[in-house]
Amino acid sequence: MNTVIEIKNLKKVYDNGFAALNGVNLEIERGEILALLGPNGAGKTSLISAITGIISPTSGSIRVDGFDNVLEYRQARQLIGLVPQELTIGAFDTVWNTVRFSRGLFNRKDDDAYLEQLLKDLSLWDKKDNQLRMLSGGMKRRVLIAKALSHGPQILFLDEPTAGVDVELRKDMWKMIARLRESGVTIILTTHYIEEAEDIADRIGVINDGKILLIEDKDTLMQKLGKKQLVVDLKQAVEQLPTSLSEFDLLVSESGNSLTYTFDASAESTGITKLLSAISQSELQIKDLNTSQSSLEDIFVDLVKKPSTEAN
Amino acid sequence: MNFSAIKVIYRAEMMRAINTLFQTLASPVISTSLYFIVFGSAIGSRIETIDGVSYGLFIVPGLTMLTILTQSISNASFGIYFPKFSGTIYEILSAPLSFFEALIGYVGAAATKSFIIGVIILLTANFFVDLEIKHPIWMVTFLFLTCISFSLFGFIIGLWADSFEKLQIVPILVITPLVFLGGSFYSISMLPPFWQNVSLFNPVVYLVSGFRWSFFEVSDVNVWTSLSMILIFLAICLGIVSWMFKTGYKLKN
Ligand SMILES: Nc1ncnc2c1ncn2[C@@H]1O[C@H](COP(=O)(O)OP(=O)(O)O)[C@@H](O)[C@H]1O
Ligand SMILES: [Mg+2]
Repeated sequence: MNTVIEIKNLKKVYDNGFAALNGVNLEIERGEILALLGPNGAGKTSLISAITGIISPTSGSIRVDGFDNVLEYRQARQLIGLVPQELTIGAFDTVWNTVRFSRGLFNRKDDDAYLEQLLKDLSLWDKKDNQLRMLSGGMKRRVLIAKALSHGPQILFLDEPTAGVDVELRKDMWKMIARLRESGVTIILTTHYIEEAEDIADRIGVINDGKILLIEDKDTLMQKLGKKQLVVDLKQAVEQLPTSLSEFDLLVSESGNSLTYTFDASAESTGITKLLSAISQSELQIKDLNTSQSSLEDIFVDLVKKPSTEAN
Repeated sequence: MNFSAIKVIYRAEMMRAINTLFQTLASPVISTSLYFIVFGSAIGSRIETIDGVSYGLFIVPGLTMLTILTQSISNASFGIYFPKFSGTIYEILSAPLSFFEALIGYVGAAATKSFIIGVIILLTANFFVDLEIKHPIWMVTFLFLTCISFSLFGFIIGLWADSFEKLQIVPILVITPLVFLGGSFYSISMLPPFWQNVSLFNPVVYLVSGFRWSFFEVSDVNVWTSLSMILIFLAICLGIVSWMFKTGYKLKN
């Protein structure tokens, strides 16, 4: 495993006393697309800001390709490009000047051919002499992406890249991300749309209250998603399950009126047929059948809810 | 050193002035001309010479100082306040450059602009009176040091301010009174003794006096005292800035 960003016990307490990051541990692998999923206020932007040097961590350490992001900030930051969440962009600069400015900040020599290609890839080339304040929101977002890529970073952070973005730009953005990934760029994006994380990420991390609650390969997560539940409603409540049903992993509801069977929907044999025939051979009578699927949404809501219920 | 970053910040800040070239240049030229018409010609014609210098000439150094102090502070404070306010500062903070390099870019550009404006005011003044400069090197040194230290001061104000009110408050409530009471339009020796002593606590008195000396060899205080005072002011500003740098003052918390 090849770690490109290593975060240890990262904490951030803002000046007003608010603890936005409460001990984040995270390893980001080289070349992966990592989606950080979390509701508003979870600490996604704070985490990105700490890694990119916009805020100083209160404690903990961050290494970027082995470089400490405080002590060796030049080397660390050189590797990173950041597309911020807000459309923070100048007004009177032209598109062309602003991307050249960004490249200059990163101590890179002028390379007009590279920047021209970049603007073309982002459909910005015909707007290159426009003033930034004349651009639409979507166009501004593209400019922010161009600025972030102007120095050819190896790691790209996209903070809620699709918030308020039209379909066309979203498609372009996914294409661009795929291209960057091909060329070996590590991509970290934050979102609160689950489908988005599902669509493009290799791994998904769930963050809430300044903590990483879970981080897993998307496929593993999807397997969990593949789990379905069959709920069997009974005409009469049972107190004791018949022994013929003991081989099945069944959950009896408190009232005894229903049985829940969890199975893997993608598996070859789900065991449903066997279960149903076992039930019909017992004295139990089926009133109704229901299947439901636990979604990433459920997992997410579950995870996010937990800390607050623990606190109660 | 990330010279490239210093260069692009400096250039972007200078571009901002060029984009608003008319405002940048017209306002100091017009206000200087007005001062000359009102003070130099209308009132000045009824005032005798001060220390052997005609009133019209006498006010040139003070007027120049008045404008470059105000311009340095407003340019530099706005230059850093605006990115902070609009959020575009994220780019500076996440780029591989030190606080010090950013400072050189911003303060350097603000000081350059003030210096140019200072020169333009002197040229405009020369249109109304016959200007002679007895000590050009001292003159340029004072102009230069004033532009640098007050741009630095403006930068500090821009970092400190978290609202437009605060951004305006120092120039309006502190600088303007100090400049007007700093002997720009009169010699301190014309004041009653009590106010003469009070004036010695006003740092602008030393600036104006030293600057005026470089033109006419007349001054309220010794020229070396003037020079020391401005260097002390510069040192204080540098001290504050390095403290801000060490603590990441307001920017990173
Ligand atoms: N500069 C700040 N000062 C104080 N609190 C802040 C600051 N920035 C963010 N916060 C708070 O920290 C929490 C996390 O914010 P943020 O990292 O922006 O979350 P997310 O990006 O996941 O929505 C929020 O409750 C927010 O109000
Ligand atoms: Mg956010």
